[in-house]
Amino acid sequence: MNRLVDMTFKPHLATRRQLLLGSGALFAWAYMPKLAQAEGRDPRLLVIVLRGALDGLATVAPVGDPDWVRLRGDQGLRLDGDNAALKLDNLFAINPAMPNFYRMYQAKQAAVVHAVASPYRERSHFDGQDVLESGVAAPGASDSGWLNRAWHALTPADQVGGRQAFAVGPITPLVARGPAPVMSWTPSKMQPASNDTMSRLLDLYRHADPALGKALEERGALAAIAKGEANGMTPAKVAATPGIPGAAVRAYFAEAAGAAAKFMARADGPRVGALAFDGWDTHAQEGAAHGRLSALLGALDGAIGAIETGMGAAWKETAVVIVTEFGRTARINGTEGTDHGTATVALLAGGAIAGGRVIADWPGVSEAALYQARDLKPTTDLRAVLKGLLKDHLRADERALATVVFPGSLAVKPMTGMIA
Amino acid sequence: MALDPKIQAATLLHRFGFAPKPGGLAAFYKDPRAALLAELDKPNAGQIINDDLLSAGEAARASFDFRQERKAERLARRAGDEMDRAGAREAAKNAASNPMAAPLGEAKSEMAKPDMATPPVPQAADAKPKQQPGVPQQIYLEEARARLDNALNADVGFAERLAWFWSNHFCVSADKGQVRPLCGAFEREAIRPFIAGKFVDMLMAVETHPAMLLYLDNARSLGPNSVAGLRQGKGLNENLAREILELHTLGVRTGYSQDDVTSFAKVITGWSIVPLKQPENGGEFVFNARMHEPGPQHVIDRDYDDRGVEQGRAVLARLAVHPATAKHIASKLARHFVSDAPPQALVDRLAKRFVDSGGDLKAVSRELVVAPEAWDAPRTKMRRPGEWLVGALRATGIAPSDVRPLVNAQNLLGEPLWRPPAPNGFSDDSAAWMDGIAQRLDVANQFARRTGDLIDPQAVAEASFGPLLSKDTQETLARAESRQQGVALLLMSPEMQRR
Repeated sequence: MNRLVDMTFKPHLATRRQLLLGSGALFAWAYMPKLAQAEGRDPRLLVIVLRGALDGLATVAPVGDPDWVRLRGDQGLRLDGDNAALKLDNLFAINPAMPNFYRMYQAKQAAVVHAVASPYRERSHFDGQDVLESGVAAPGASDSGWLNRAWHALTPADQVGGRQAFAVGPITPLVARGPAPVMSWTPSKMQPASNDTMSRLLDLYRHADPALGKALEERGALAAIAKGEANGMTPAKVAATPGIPGAAVRAYFAEAAGAAAKFMARADGPRVGALAFDGWDTHAQEGAAHGRLSALLGALDGAIGAIETGMGAAWKETAVVIVTEFGRTARINGTEGTDHGTATVALLAGGAIAGGRVIADWPGVSEAALYQARDLKPTTDLRAVLKGLLKDHLRADERALATVVFPGSLAVKPMTGMIA
Repeated sequence: MALDPKIQAATLLHRFGFAPKPGGLAAFYKDPRAALLAELDKPNAGQIINDDLLSAGEAARASFDFRQERKAERLARRAGDEMDRAGAREAAKNAASNPMAAPLGEAKSEMAKPDMATPPVPQAADAKPKQQPGVPQQIYLEEARARLDNALNADVGFAERLAWFWSNHFCVSADKGQVRPLCGAFEREAIRPFIAGKFVDMLMAVETHPAMLLYLDNARSLGPNSVAGLRQGKGLNENLAREILELHTLGVRTGYSQDDVTSFAKVITGWSIVPLKQPENGGEFVFNARMHEPGPQHVIDRDYDDRGVEQGRAVLARLAVHPATAKHIASKLARHFVSDAPPQALVDRLAKRFVDSGGDLKAVSRELVVAPEAWDAPRTKMRRPGEWLVGALRATGIAPSDVRPLVNAQNLLGEPLWRPPAPNGFSDDSAAWMDGIAQRLDVANQFARRTGDLIDPQAVAEASFGPLLSKDTQETLARAESRQQGVALLLMSPEMQRR
């Protein structure tokens, strides 16, 4: 009784999208921040979450630290040899896979915060991501994210994209979940249902399942604002390459980030958004200078470059902050990778950033200086960085930051001077 | 709360199985619990019987051979190109001056220094036709097909749903290159045989399976004081040990420490795979004593003597019956099948059954099915994308001729087959899946465009949902402007989204 049907679902999504599903969708606040705009500014803030725990020491290496070579040996970045790291100051150098970031750093549009960590001190990815994204020090304690609560605490000005600027990604990340209305957008190739089908379905949901109705309405039809961008996208041809992430990942990061930036640069586009990229859990064959991590950092650097391009004139008022749940072990493990650790880096880029410096209360990497004799010791609270950006860039209220956005963080003062 | 028995039966069927095949619901009214449990009493409960599918070892070796061949072809082609180019240059040079053949040494130095300015010789004659998927991808698709068929053919689908649950609990990912061809075999070999058996047996099978050892990096973890560790100056990778404790057994924040993770990682050093180039058993599990950290280890609350592979098996045996494991599994099962916030009483009963039965999964599954909470809980769980797609196919009686569109649809809906974003698997939170509702509409619309005229949406809705079908949905389907639109609305109806 079964009927054979060839129901080809057209290649809705690029191969690279399938490779990194959940990666790269933009989640944004559906309004503009009123106070900052009242000052005649029009700031953009893009938060990029790297899931899987980025090795901060392989991203920005303390090449001038006397204990560095002993710690990482040939696996560590160095200033000489082929693929030499790019010197940031007398202590630090950045991974050579990141020329865009280096160029911005030299132009004082990028900065690094080192030896930074969220308040989480265990080593579970999922709990670590929970603390990073929820903004609450205890894992599993909150269903909403700090970015969403920050939106909620800002005074909204105009809604972006008119009345219907909502589209959807498969799963809203915790950082963007919460009481404030979220819009999200994934480049999708599929033909949408007709308006008539949509309105009938919404009508059914309104009566039979209001929660589904709300979900569909809020995140439903591809908004006109996103549609223009989606139609301009070219389908990916590159196949997923196992092992070392190749051109596919690079192209995907750049396209997702660049398209998000274009979206945010529009006069009626969102001003504050978040993206996530997965794949940083480098337990084996990390390849800081030549392999897997080098390729991933190259892809991230390409994304940063694409954001600069995509933002266009808005770049000068843009701040991009790149964060991860925790760092990795200071030493290389038995399989030329690193296991879960503690402190790491946060990267800042954008025309609004007072850049050209590495911000660090450097703990050192001698045996005695390591946290629990294994990890880079955290000396800066990541919440200070995020609070500083929200306060100085978006004019978020300091009290709200200490109580609602990052509850219980009164003692963690917002970092000052990050915004030019 | 006394509910109409038909409503209860329909609720159970959708909650613990897939949307029924035509006629399936009526047959189920008489004794729904018996029908569910009967699936677990079958001798091959949850298994896929298909002799054409490869074992993990066979799949690993076939993929290895394929990669080697590809590599050899590439090298041969590159060498051929270089020879052609060197030959062409030499020929041009020779035509002008020297009639002698080029000395070999010169050709070699050209090969060592590729000349980027010289474009490759066009190969119009032997330009490759559209490339077939490679062996690993072919195996992945065959496994996906077999899995889909099992779900489409199941009577109720409870055994299949349990297999999916456990496969997600102990997930591996095809996105890690070497794991791709092994995902299907992993599920068939380490998960399915045990869904109505003992948890400890599933745990042992999972943690010694090549797919898991590769996915969570244990295959190359070395005891720092093992023979191989000392010789290579290398050591531990603690990834698998941590995730066994955090995700597979005890659960996060249950009191183990970093020291426990490290000692456990030492215990399971040497749990590895035979090198792939071995033609007989390459890619299969091996305990390699030369990689194993010698000596006793303390993990959580006990000391474990070094008895080779038995040291690790002893730790797993202990973890498998630990009360924290029972609680962890109980709450995951209840959350998956019943509610995002399952009643504590239900979780406690499941955990107790787990402990009392020594981790007998049939007993625990039975406890779940007979629980009054499982009958009475409101239908608020979103069907996960895979459940929804299989349900749509079963309810409408559509059998896809090709599995790839289904694989693509699952990708689009955020639940790509055997490719979870992280080792904790896909979310079991309904809110997370509601976010993808617009993509479901896209897929439903596409499905309807392909099949619309073949399906009577009103008849399917009545047969599938019976007493659960709401007046609102009934009216919406009756008023649809076309069968095609009706099919899209049917697949999007609350009855088809929720369970």
